[in-house]
Amino acid sequence: MHHAYGERVVLDGLDLRLTEHRVGVVGANGSGKSTFARLLNGLVVPTAGTVLVDGLDTRTAVREVRRRVGFVFQDPDAQIVHPTVAEDVAYGLENQGVPAAERAERVAEVLVRYGLAGHADHPAHLLSGGQKQLLAIAGVLVMRPARIVFDEPTTLLDLINARTVMQVIAELPQAVVVVTHDLDLLEGFDRVLVMDAGRVVEDGPPEQSVRSYRKLMADP
Amino acid sequence: MTLALYVPRPTPVHRAPAGAKLLALAGLGALVFAVPTLLVAAGALIGVLLVGLLGARLPLGLLARQARAVAVWVVAILVVHALATDVLTGVETAVRLLALVLAAAVVTATTRVTAMVAVVERVCAPLRFVGVRPARIGLVLAMALRFIPLVAERADRIREAQAARGGSRRGLRGLRTTVVPLLVQVLQLAHTVSEALDARGADDVPRRARGATS
Repeated sequence: MHHAYGERVVLDGLDLRLTEHRVGVVGANGSGKSTFARLLNGLVVPTAGTVLVDGLDTRTAVREVRRRVGFVFQDPDAQIVHPTVAEDVAYGLENQGVPAAERAERVAEVLVRYGLAGHADHPAHLLSGGQKQLLAIAGVLVMRPARIVFDEPTTLLDLINARTVMQVIAELPQAVVVVTHDLDLLEGFDRVLVMDAGRVVEDGPPEQSVRSYRKLMADP
Repeated sequence: MTLALYVPRPTPVHRAPAGAKLLALAGLGALVFAVPTLLVAAGALIGVLLVGLLGARLPLGLLARQARAVAVWVVAILVVHALATDVLTGVETAVRLLALVLAAAVVTATTRVTAMVAVVERVCAPLRFVGVRPARIGLVLAMALRFIPLVAERADRIREAQAARGGSRRGLRGLRTTVVPLLVQVLQLAHTVSEALDARGADDVPRRARGATS
């Protein structure tokens, strides 16, 4: 699979099958890892080749793919689209046509789970950075996707909030793909891909991949 | 900056349908202009305060903040009328303005954005016949309420960053040096927001069944 923006090739010759429960993706800025993440739920379709999720082509079955694969962005401010916390969490369910009573129940449940119940009616922009990221995660989880892609979920957070988000990710029953610069986040992962210039240059267990990534960064 | 003023309380005013509250607000506006007397304007103001403070149990501070926001206009109206017409007309106009601003604040503080947006979608429903999607209009309104404070915050950050490096914050040049980077940031944000909307099924929309969420 290849992907290019005009003349600029960002992903080059990727041929992967992701079946593990927790997959990490690391790489330098501009290595193509965010584009790779976006391929997984059809936000980006490859210029050549195919991306399949449960056998569904992201090019032709994008709506079904997005129902199965949730996506958490780096900047929660870009993901929160409604003025108040509960309304934002409910947004994805409205799009799925979930009835109001069930919607209210699921929103309340997810807000309690992520410690946001006391903020249900608060303006989202008044939350702290960590709370905003939790809200962004809650807005995706409430849709009950089978898999979740995280694009640098801890980059904008302080240590405490980053640990909270790491804990949340660690406890998720869903299969996750996490793009990150935070190597601590990869502890306990099943598989880590190292990307460089649009290619996967290492693919293995976290210790092996992180070692390879450190070497790559030290001697680019 | 806060545009979403909803204050949750278990009161009949909160439970009243958003459409009814918006209709009452429109009715009050029509009344104070159709019957332009001090008695009606003062009655409207007292009524709004009773509904807001006793009926909806809103904090006095919230209504006071809304009143303070239009204080300059109230004073200006009084001064202009005192000079151009008479003080009584000035007082009547000022009280009318205050009554309407506080009534709007009471409606906003007792109605969730989603409920308000649902009313807008219902009102816009006939536009479906000319190819307009009412759900999109509702989403645009909700997003405006969400993103205006965020954009204001980003503008503040740009001004602070410029001030920290000795940049001017005044005049046309200051405005230009703020607007250009802000525009770039807003466009980048808009791109990511559009991706986020896609990721959360914005185009799925079998039916926008809105309503209270908790």
